Order: sequence, then C-alpha cells, then structure tokens
Amino acid sequence: MHKLPELNTVGNKIPNRQAICDTLMAAAADDRNVVALCSDSRGSASMTPFFNAFPQQSIEVGIAEQNLVSISAGLAKCGKKPYAFSPACFLSTRSYEQAKIDCAYSDTNVKLIGISGGVSYGALGMSHHSAQDIAAFSAIPNMRVYLPSDQHQTAKLIRALLTDQKCAYVRVGRNPVEDIYSAENCPFEMDKATVLCDTENPDAAIVACGEMVRPAIEAAKALAASGIHAAVVDMYCVKPFDTEAILKLAPTVKGYVTVEEHAPFGGLGSMVSQAVAAACPKRVVNLALPDAPVITGTSKEVFDTYGLNAEGIRQAVRSLFA
Amino acid sequence: MTNKELSVLAYELRKKTVDVIMGAGAGHIGGDMSVMDVLVMLYFKHMNISPENQDDPGRDRFVLSKGHSVESYYTVLSEKGFFDYETYKNTFSRYGSEFIGHPHNTLPGVEMNSGSLGHGLPVSIGMALAGKMDQASYRVYTVMGDGELAEGSVWEGAMAAGHYKLDNLCAVVDRNGLQISGSTEDVMSHEPLAERFAAFGWHVIECDGNDMDSLDAAFSEAKCTKGQPSVVIAHTVKGRGSAVMENKAPWHHKVPTAEEYARIEADLETRKEELAHA
Ligand SMILES: Cc1ncc(C[n+]2csc(CCOP(=O)(O)OP(=O)(O)O)c2C)c(N)n1
Ligand SMILES: [Mg+2]
Repeated sequence: MHKLPELNTVGNKIPNRQAICDTLMAAAADDRNVVALCSDSRGSASMTPFFNAFPQQSIEVGIAEQNLVSISAGLAKCGKKPYAFSPACFLSTRSYEQAKIDCAYSDTNVKLIGISGGVSYGALGMSHHSAQDIAAFSAIPNMRVYLPSDQHQTAKLIRALLTDQKCAYVRVGRNPVEDIYSAENCPFEMDKATVLCDTENPDAAIVACGEMVRPAIEAAKALAASGIHAAVVDMYCVKPFDTEAILKLAPTVKGYVTVEEHAPFGGLGSMVSQAVAAACPKRVVNLALPDAPVITGTSKEVFDTYGLNAEGIRQAVRSLFA
Repeated sequence: MTNKELSVLAYELRKKTVDVIMGAGAGHIGGDMSVMDVLVMLYFKHMNISPENQDDPGRDRFVLSKGHSVESYYTVLSEKGFFDYETYKNTFSRYGSEFIGHPHNTLPGVEMNSGSLGHGLPVSIGMALAGKMDQASYRVYTVMGDGELAEGSVWEGAMAAGHYKLDNLCAVVDRNGLQISGSTEDVMSHEPLAERFAAFGWHVIECDGNDMDSLDAAFSEAKCTKGQPSVVIAHTVKGRGSAVMENKAPWHHKVPTAEEYARIEADLETRKEELAHA
C-alpha cells in the first residue's frame, strides 16, 4: 500500500499517447525490431515523431484497421515487436476478430494501442466512442488489457511490455492528463494494481482505471476530510485482473465503488463485483457510462453528466454508509 | 435550378458550413468543401428526396459513408428543409445536442448513422437489393472518401454490387487525393482506381467533382446504365473554395482562426460572384 499521492495542480499535463511515443522512440533506437504501425492515425497517436525518426521501423497501412492488426501479427511471427496504433473505437470493434485470432489465439507478440479511448472524441458520437473495449478484449483468452492512468505509469507499462512476448491491448485517452505520480514516485509492479491509501485499515475502496484514477484520488481526499478513509486501487491491469489487491481490502472496507470510462457491462465494475461476490460478499457500487449513446459533449461534460467525477465518486462512497 | 444556379448555391452553402464549424470550434472542413458540389447536385437535381417524401418507400436513398463530412451534409439537408439551419448551427457539437459530429438518423432526412468509414457501400447494397426484391424504382446513392477506400469492406461491397448487377446503385468517390496523414497515394495508393472498380464489374464514370455540368452528366449517365452498378469518381479539391485550405492536408479538420476565417469568407464570396456572373 502506498500513500495517496499529492495531486500537483500545476504539474505536467501531457496525453498518455505522447508518453508511449517517447518510450518507444527510446526503445527503437536500440532495437530495430521495435516497429510501429498506423492506420492514417499517426497524428492522433502522437506517433509522427517516431515515423519521422524511424522510417524503416514504421508502417502505414491506410484506413484499414483489420489489415493493421493482421499485418502486425505477421510481423510479430517473424521476430518483430509491433505496436499497432488506431483509435480504440475502431481497433476494438472493427479489428476484433483479427485481435482474437491473429494476436491472442495464434499467440503473437502484438501490442495493440487504442488511442483516443473511451469518450475522448466526445461530440463525435458512438462510432467514435470505445465503451466496449474492456469487455471485448478481456473476454479473449490470452489477451491482456491495460488502462494506465498518467504518463509516468504509461511509460513504465510500455517499458514492461517491451520485454515480454505476448499480445496486449493498451487503452489511452486523447486528452492531456494531469500527473498523478512523478518521475521519482511512481510505484509500479507489472500486473499488480497500485493501491493508494493513507491508513492501514481503510473504510471503503474505490477501484478505478485510466482517466478515472485521478478523480478517485480527489474523492478519497475529500472523504478523508469527513472521516471516511478510502483506499484507491489503480487497476491499470484490468486483465490480468489483480483479484488479490481487491480481496486484501475486504476485511476493513464497508464496500467498493468502481469507476470506469466504459459501458456498465463486462468492464472493471463487473470484474470487481464478480471477485467480491465470490470471495467476500459486500456491496459494490458501479459507476460507468450508461447503456445508451452518451450525451453529446466534451469528455468532461460527459463525465460530469454521469457522475464520473470526484463528486460523483464521493457520493457513491458515502452511499455505502447510508 | 440551372447548373449555374446550383454552383452559386454550393458556394452559399460552403459559407454556411464554415459558419457552423466556426461556431462549434470543430468539424472536418476539407472534405466538407470538396464534397459540397456533389451533395448539391444530388439533392437539388438528381435525387428524389425531400421532406415531403421522406417516409415514402419509393424515395431515393442516400448514405453519407464519409460521415465526417456531416457539416456540409447537414447544411444541405437544412437547405432542403429537413430541419432549421439556425438550430443546427447554434447547437452543432454542443452539450446535449442532437446534432452530433457525425450523421445520426434520429434527425429527419438521415437514413443511416455513419462515422466509421467503410460502412456506406455495403449498407447501400442492402438497400439496392431490397429495391430489386420489391421491384421498386428508387435509386441508392452513397458517397465515400478516397482514403476510405483502403477499408476491405469497400471492396467486399464492390464485389457484391458487381455480382448482383445493381444498376440501381450509384457510388461516388470524393477523389480529393488527401486523407489525414497526407496524400492518398503516399499513404495507401489507389491507382489505377477506375480499372479496379471496372474489374469488379462496375460502370466507371470519371468527372470534375467541383463542376456542376460535369457532375450532372455523370449522374445522368449513371441513371441510364443498365446491368451494372455505377461509380462516379469525382475529382475534387480538398478545401475547395479558398486558397487558405485548398489541397492542404492539415485542413482535414483544422478550425480556421479569425483571420483565416475572414480570408476564407472573402474567397468563397469572390468565387460565388465569379460563378454568378460567368
Ligand atoms: C474506420 C475508420 N477509421 C478511421 C477513421 C478516422 N478518420 C476520419 S476521417 C479520416 C480520413 C478520411 O479520408 P478520406 O476518406 O479521403 O476523406 P476526405 O478526404 O473526403 O475527408 C479518418 C482516418 C474513421 N472515421 N473510421
Ligand atoms: Mg480524401
């Protein structure tokens, strides 16, 4: 368990996709097998610098997400370490079968990078939202699913992924995200959730991933002021899901609140509910996007509409004690 | 309306489209400008679609496959009377709006939702097949981007339309030569495009997609073509109408600054006047 980090409001604000590009550029300089693929998406992936610096290690496939993923699998089978970038909405639905068969089933070392995930594309509508990707990819045997929260965690995750040989899906958002961790203080263990809490015996647990981790921490801080000590579980590794981190908190917590930028089914909330129900039945409140097209707006407006913010999380935690 | 009047109208609607984008601070201006003449020619001359017949099973069908050109599409639909332009302009992309950033069929006049590229042609084939089953006389039109043609589903559709000899189907390619990352031929080449469609059994018509006479002739030829589907490869200029954005890849979805806006408006007005007095 780590202390809740100080949230520095004047801290860095860069999109996680940029941290991925930086990390891959450092790796590609030493390892010519590191290859990036884009589907007319290099700008939105922040991968233009990589494409310019490593033209021999860059492949553009055009607007063809299925091709993107299968080509990546072929590259991987022949020793390359492909990172395939495409908006999460298209990557997780258009090329779903390619991910299932050519990456997971054939066991190839393809890293699928879903950019502009969740409702990053705000007002562009459901075609551009990826509120199903956690459910879809988690349901594929041998596929891993990661939603890192800030640039420091993203960089550590990508460095870890560079060392292994299995496929994985990583979802990041489009918007710059404020730092949660720092270069000096970013606790990270591969495939283990980062549990943040100021006391040994928390009263409640908030389980979050991706962009929802920051409001979860803000909510925990606000709750502490009113005497409720909540642990925040940064479940960046949605799969393999860190069941142990969840169950460890069970003895003292009244219940769990889950929060995710995803549909209400098959995502983080479902997984936490499943784990808790099986081992230590307690209340689990799920905060998620609705089972409906989300309201038109920026991602912040969307989050605020559905209570996916510090205040919504705070109220959900309080409801455990009502 | 004469073709000359239609070309003037297209410039008027370009200006209105730019105003929508300025208000929203978002939009896909380049493809809006390249495709405007195609939309105006279809909606004001060739297609049998209007607010009066929008529920008539015999109406022509239209699917905007390159859904990101929604701003020009909605401007044309509002000009046809499907909904109010001011409401559209003042709410497009804003919080809670029905006018989201891609076509949405809760709005009158919109048949299908789009935004994910590569769906319009196969969907249109379904509509054309239904028309054949019912011996209906309606025609089906779909407009694709040229970058969009990299999607495999486009060619699955091309195969099926040829196979079923869907002469009630007319696909349009907005051949502006650009997509987000640059020139289509650099990103993923399509040439020889006409031969590719022909090999799939299509009647191929190439035209100047920013010239009303040329477009008019193309759609007339498509209507007369029997026994095979037609594709109109409309050669256009992305960002058509102002030197500020013409043929410049970043203008795929750039929003003009106030200064750029002033120049774009002036350019569009000049071209409109030139056409009006030609
Ligand atoms: C399946 C899918 N992949 C990616 C995108 C993102 N995208 C939106 S527009 C665009 C470029 C389209 O280029 P083109 O088809 O040439 O359209 P135009 O030049 O007419 O704007 C891309 C890649 C998308 N909307 N759908
Ligand atoms: Mg194009």
